[in-house]
Amino acid sequence: MAGRDERRDTTGSRGSRLLGCAGLVGLAVLGVLAFVLTGPDVRIHPTTGEEFGQLDAVRMLYLHVPMAVLMYVSYLLCAVASVGVLVKRTPWWDVMAHSAAEVGTVLCGLVLVTGSIWGRPVWNTWWEWGDVRLMTTLVLFLMFAGYLALRRTTGDPRALSRRAAVVALVAVLDIPLVNRSVEWWENRTLHQQSTLGDLKIEDLTLFTLMLGFLVLGMVLAWLLLHRFRVGWLERAALDYSVAAAIIERRAETSDTEAYRAVGDPMPDSQVAKGDQS
Amino acid sequence: MTHLGYLITGWGITLGVLGVYAWRLVRRGRHLSVRVPDAHRRWLDDQGPDGA
Repeated sequence: MAGRDERRDTTGSRGSRLLGCAGLVGLAVLGVLAFVLTGPDVRIHPTTGEEFGQLDAVRMLYLHVPMAVLMYVSYLLCAVASVGVLVKRTPWWDVMAHSAAEVGTVLCGLVLVTGSIWGRPVWNTWWEWGDVRLMTTLVLFLMFAGYLALRRTTGDPRALSRRAAVVALVAVLDIPLVNRSVEWWENRTLHQQSTLGDLKIEDLTLFTLMLGFLVLGMVLAWLLLHRFRVGWLERAALDYSVAAAIIERRAETSDTEAYRAVGDPMPDSQVAKGDQS
Repeated sequence: MTHLGYLITGWGITLGVLGVYAWRLVRRGRHLSVRVPDAHRRWLDDQGPDGA
């Protein structure tokens, strides 16, 4: 639009630009640490003396694990916002729930894909239908895909928000199953139990993993911020288009009534305008 | 380096998907921002929208 400051026509702010730049720099540093400075996973068998381990495939750890944890964070945020939708019933909570669900689903899809790619060299399989963690994660992804599909349906927006909130609250019940599955069904999963709590990993590997959490956390925050603002603008733009249509309709109606009241025939331009509507 | 193909694919897909998703958000935000008055974009004052 002429005369407008283009820098203002964005969902960006000074804070979000700083966050985005920090996230990009962080991703570059993470890449250097993950591919150059950290070593492969090579262990020596205590009895046979043979080398074993994940070798360089372990470098998927620095993306896959932080994304999985941040996926939980995003979905839990969606659950909290969904409670807000049901209790407070304000647009802010609704937009937040929708944004967190969408970003969480992007992360969940990436967790499934990177897990499959990581599993091929380590477990010699792309997918294992009997693995409880894989299946519960897939179910989580499908439930939130259903949530997003529900958000795209038409109908009373307020009723739709409440229904979506209920779906989100049911879907997040799967998160404890995903997270604890390696302990509750340890014989039915290829996944190992958490090594973070026992600090079984080396210093630089641990540092790189923690950096992965921090950097991908910044990326998540940036995505959530912008997705929220886009959702907020979508709602405002819809309100404006409805309000503009009502004003236009009222103006047309009042013109027609005015001409009728004075008994004059309507000009051709007004008749054509009325026909189009 | 072993498993280089898997690593490039895994990292490439992740960074690619996140990059495309971020780019689409920015583009959609620009498109919508033109249609909505500044008053609805409180982040322009570096204050997040807090309609709660």
